[in-house]
Amino acid sequence: MNIFKKDKRKEIKNETPLERSNTSTSGQSLVKLRVFRINAVQNPNDVPHFDEFQVPVKRWTTVLDALLDAKSYQDSSIGIRYSCRMASCGSCGMKINGIPRLACYTKISDLDTNTITCEPLPNFPYIRDLVTDFSQFFDHHRSVMPFVKNKKADIPNVNELTEYEQTPQDLDKFLQFSYCIKCGLCYSACPTVATDLKFPGPQALSQAYRYLADSRDSDKSKRLKVIDTSHGIWRCHFAGSCSHVCPKGVDPALGIQLLRSHLLGLSNSEKKLAKLHDRSTNSYREGEGE
Amino acid sequence: MLLWRGSIDMTSATSAKRIDDNKNKSDRANREGLRGWLNPIIYGWERVSYWFQRLTGIFLLVYFIGHVYETSSLVSGPDAWAAMLEMTQTIGGHIFLILVIGASTFHTINGIRLIFTHSGQGLGTPGRPDYPYDPTSVNNKQRSGLWIAFILAAVAMLYGANVLFSGGE
Amino acid sequence: MTSDNTGNNRNKNKNTTTKWFSNVTLIRESQIMKIHYITAVGALFVVAIHIMMRLIMPFNMSLEFENVILNYKNVFYALLLESILILIAIHGFNGLRVILLEIRQTQIWERGVNILVIVAMIGIIAYGTRTIIIANGFSLG
Repeated sequence: MNIFKKDKRKEIKNETPLERSNTSTSGQSLVKLRVFRINAVQNPNDVPHFDEFQVPVKRWTTVLDALLDAKSYQDSSIGIRYSCRMASCGSCGMKINGIPRLACYTKISDLDTNTITCEPLPNFPYIRDLVTDFSQFFDHHRSVMPFVKNKKADIPNVNELTEYEQTPQDLDKFLQFSYCIKCGLCYSACPTVATDLKFPGPQALSQAYRYLADSRDSDKSKRLKVIDTSHGIWRCHFAGSCSHVCPKGVDPALGIQLLRSHLLGLSNSEKKLAKLHDRSTNSYREGEGE
Repeated sequence: MLLWRGSIDMTSATSAKRIDDNKNKSDRANREGLRGWLNPIIYGWERVSYWFQRLTGIFLLVYFIGHVYETSSLVSGPDAWAAMLEMTQTIGGHIFLILVIGASTFHTINGIRLIFTHSGQGLGTPGRPDYPYDPTSVNNKQRSGLWIAFILAAVAMLYGANVLFSGGE
Repeated sequence: MTSDNTGNNRNKNKNTTTKWFSNVTLIRESQIMKIHYITAVGALFVVAIHIMMRLIMPFNMSLEFENVILNYKNVFYALLLESILILIAIHGFNGLRVILLEIRQTQIWERGVNILVIVAMIGIIAYGTRTIIIANGFSLG
């Protein structure tokens, strides 16, 4: 797939490439599935190689369906991580025909080829076959303090706690970024992550913005200190690859640039955000006084 | 999801500490390395911009150092200056200077675009994403800066070629 | 995703936090990058004037020794060249630093890169300034 001509709403044509492809004796279309194989944990010196499987597919078959078919009927030792099969859990991220994608969200008919190459996500250490180690990724995620922290909420008497008021406009400022499913596709597509171990990556940085833009959060300085380092947000060069591969429309590149504009002190929306935040804090105080 | 290192202290500070202490060679396993930088094709125009901006930047820095060294021949008198100038008066020298003109024009115009995008300008505003989830930041509005950079670089190179090969007469 | 010892070692974490933040260098990265952007915009204007000076007369003639020395003898032009030298040295070598920092992340490498670019910046500015000063005082006889 050429991402320059990306059209996910590709119309289903009468004749797809699959229908022109090889067919099995039962009349079903077959595709060649090339699966990356390695067992890095059991044997650190294991040499990676590709195993090939002929898999029957239909128009709606996803790459995950094809992999599970191969695992069920041809080689049960294929290592693959998956859960929801509906692009909600972010478990089945892998490099499919050179681009990081969710296997459950990628239809084989959309790939316009009869050879599907599945590799583990780049920039994540191998565990086995298509399963990679997300420890570093989650370390980066946690390092930006991905939680709402409000000193006023730390009230010993739980009965005194009240809900935070948040307008739909306030919500829209960060809702998009809260849709992140932590699938790691952006992290594997990012050119800076490819070489920089300390760079938080698009996911963590966009999450930093998600909590910064949240009017309920009052502890921004610590989070900004973590990202304003020589390996922090400034190592993003807006290559946009993260947003290209994001399966949920989170648009991490947008979040990172908005966060950077906040650090540069240039963002008008941030000033408005600060005003809104002050207003909500004041109304909270007024509510407290009543 | 599987936590590979078994039970991990999951607080933000210790995560940050772990990242800082990353000395384990296996942590770099499967990182794409410089190959990850030099992959301008499949990720869209912004990746092309990233690649060219970096390449032209390094090229211009090399030229800048060379240019400062070149002009220092002034202090050795007219003969040294003429000898140094002679080096740039060849076809190869002209082509090199034309590349410098193209690189500096591209780096400047695309750099202006990047200053705007880094300031959050021209990227759209956060909203509620809907299928097919086209990201707002990689839009044609900010991309036009990249295309203008390419066009102006080409125009500047043509103008530079005209000046250099005709002596600006 | 679960972990059985989530949120433990709170006291220990305070110490690690202190150590983590104590690694912050003398100048924050945001300040460095603001300088990077400002020098870029500044360089844009001064380099534009520098190039225009080559085009106010036929290009080859503008590069003749006497004409170049006359340029350097103009105090304003000499100051312009000095500002180009400073702005581009800072912008260019900081750009190089950014690229090099992304390649490796060991402490020795990072310190080495920071020292290297500062030395290179000072070196090129000093070398260029020497040319400007000597050319400014050059006698055409």
